Amino acid sequence: MEKRVFFKGWWLPALLVAPQLLISFVFFFYPSGQAIWNSLFLPDPFGLKTEFVGLDNFRFLLSDPYYLASFKTTVIFSTAVSVSSMALGLYLAALADRLIKGAGVYQTLLIWPYAIAPAIAGVLWLFMFNGNIGLASYYLKALGYEWNHTLKGDQAMFLVILASSWGRISYNFLFFLAGLQAIPKSIIEAAAIDGASFWKRFGTIVIPLLSPITFFLLVVNVVYAFFDTFGVIHTITSGGPEQSTTILVYKVFSDGFVSQDLGSSAAQSVILLVLVGILTVIQFKYIERKVHY
Amino acid sequence: MVEKKKSGYWLTHLGLILGVLFIFFPVWLTFVASTVTQDAIIYPPLPMLPGTEFFENYANALFRGSPEGYGAKVPVIKMMMNSAIMAIGITVGKIIISLLSAFAFVYFRFPFRNLCFWLIFITLMLPVEVRIVPTYEVVANLNLLNSYTGLIFPLIASATATFLFRQFFMTIPDEMVEAARMDGCSPMRFFFDILVPISKTNIAALFVILFIFGWNQYLWPLLMTTDPDMRTIVMAIDSMIPTGDDYAHWPTVMATAMLAMVPPVIVVISMQKFFVKGLLESDK
Repeated sequence: MEKRVFFKGWWLPALLVAPQLLISFVFFFYPSGQAIWNSLFLPDPFGLKTEFVGLDNFRFLLSDPYYLASFKTTVIFSTAVSVSSMALGLYLAALADRLIKGAGVYQTLLIWPYAIAPAIAGVLWLFMFNGNIGLASYYLKALGYEWNHTLKGDQAMFLVILASSWGRISYNFLFFLAGLQAIPKSIIEAAAIDGASFWKRFGTIVIPLLSPITFFLLVVNVVYAFFDTFGVIHTITSGGPEQSTTILVYKVFSDGFVSQDLGSSAAQSVILLVLVGILTVIQFKYIERKVHY
Repeated sequence: MVEKKKSGYWLTHLGLILGVLFIFFPVWLTFVASTVTQDAIIYPPLPMLPGTEFFENYANALFRGSPEGYGAKVPVIKMMMNSAIMAIGITVGKIIISLLSAFAFVYFRFPFRNLCFWLIFITLMLPVEVRIVPTYEVVANLNLLNSYTGLIFPLIASATATFLFRQFFMTIPDEMVEAARMDGCSPMRFFFDILVPISKTNIAALFVILFIFGWNQYLWPLLMTTDPDMRTIVMAIDSMIPTGDDYAHWPTVMATAMLAMVPPVIVVISMQKFFVKGLLESDK
């Protein structure tokens, strides 16, 4: 779509887009280019000179068991976070949508955790599950279950998933509620008159009509789980124990800043760039389809 | 609602209340922990009701930091100031550059317009985490470490706001600009006297989303700031929990966590209408 009417001249619009272009070049294109460039080099341990190694960094990464393990961790983590927070969001939205009065009150009560930083959410859950003083670990111990997420990888994974999903429910709730409220009530009523039960209606009418929004949320939640959960993981586990919660973005950070392995870190950045690129393309395909819907 | 069974009605409320409790519970515990003594925390279980140390703990956190021997000792008030400056800087910066470039894209035809558009378009979904190492180097080379400029500018480089404004400007009737031009209105006059005022709601919606985005930044300030005076509250809480976590002064830490949550939560709740609009429309 284009405007038919517009202003003349070219220097004024050039001036208007200049700030954004400048900032994008300095802090976006140049660093991204650097990441791609650095991924082709291997610096010596003293950082005195670098050697061109072509795609060796990538070859090494893709045969490195730690990196592959981190890939697997990321898949498990982001699937668990997306599915659990979307399921709970949909469940609460479906309930709120049934109310004639009061949906607004519940909306207010449910959406504010969106404002809580992932790192802070991490601190809250860390406090509850702290091995010595946490309330949850105290009662688990009383039930005879030993909780120590600093030693047990599966417990650490569970905790970071819990903390990451918790803060995300409100976001999914809000989108699902908007989606549910956009479904014309007449369709639901017609089905009810024909004798379809609540679950029948939910499965055959509501879920299909919600599928575009569900798909959109899936992509956004996966992106969230890939990147924004850095704070949760850094505060709760720092990627441990034994790298069991080291997701890809955490590995870029720990290899690049903690271990100073710049070639490998750059190659990892490039792989993440490609992954996000794919997700972006998928999402734009979705947005185009949403226009029809 | 189609059926009107009493039992279903109460079950609906029950389900929602359980959801609300699940959301509130960790925050309630945090609040309780911020009002009791260190002893009440290190000998579990933690009580379920607030204690008596509210003023003591918050005054400590705000003006003095953790007591001697417990991790980092930085008063939170300074960190909250830094967070506020960063959040508002990112918010205002993004809104200004996006309004300007969206105006140019929609209301002008200029050489390389499509190229410029695509260049900005590409930045749409790429978080700073992906290009974190080279961005750090750029900022270090520009001598911007430990500065507000360095905290703010790299996070302005994203296109979400530009797209939201572009979409909105597209829906404004052409007659508006026709009438303005007929009356001899210059482009910038049109921008300031017509476009910005009718974009008020969209600006408010973006303000909420971007303020939260800015306030909650974690990784970037963590790398950028080595000077304790430049730390933001969200990143600094991590340094208050030393690795041997028995030695954290939990009441101060939890008071700090509460203080880190309060400003963005207030923004969301007080501007709920704009927040919902901003979220549903911008985050794509």
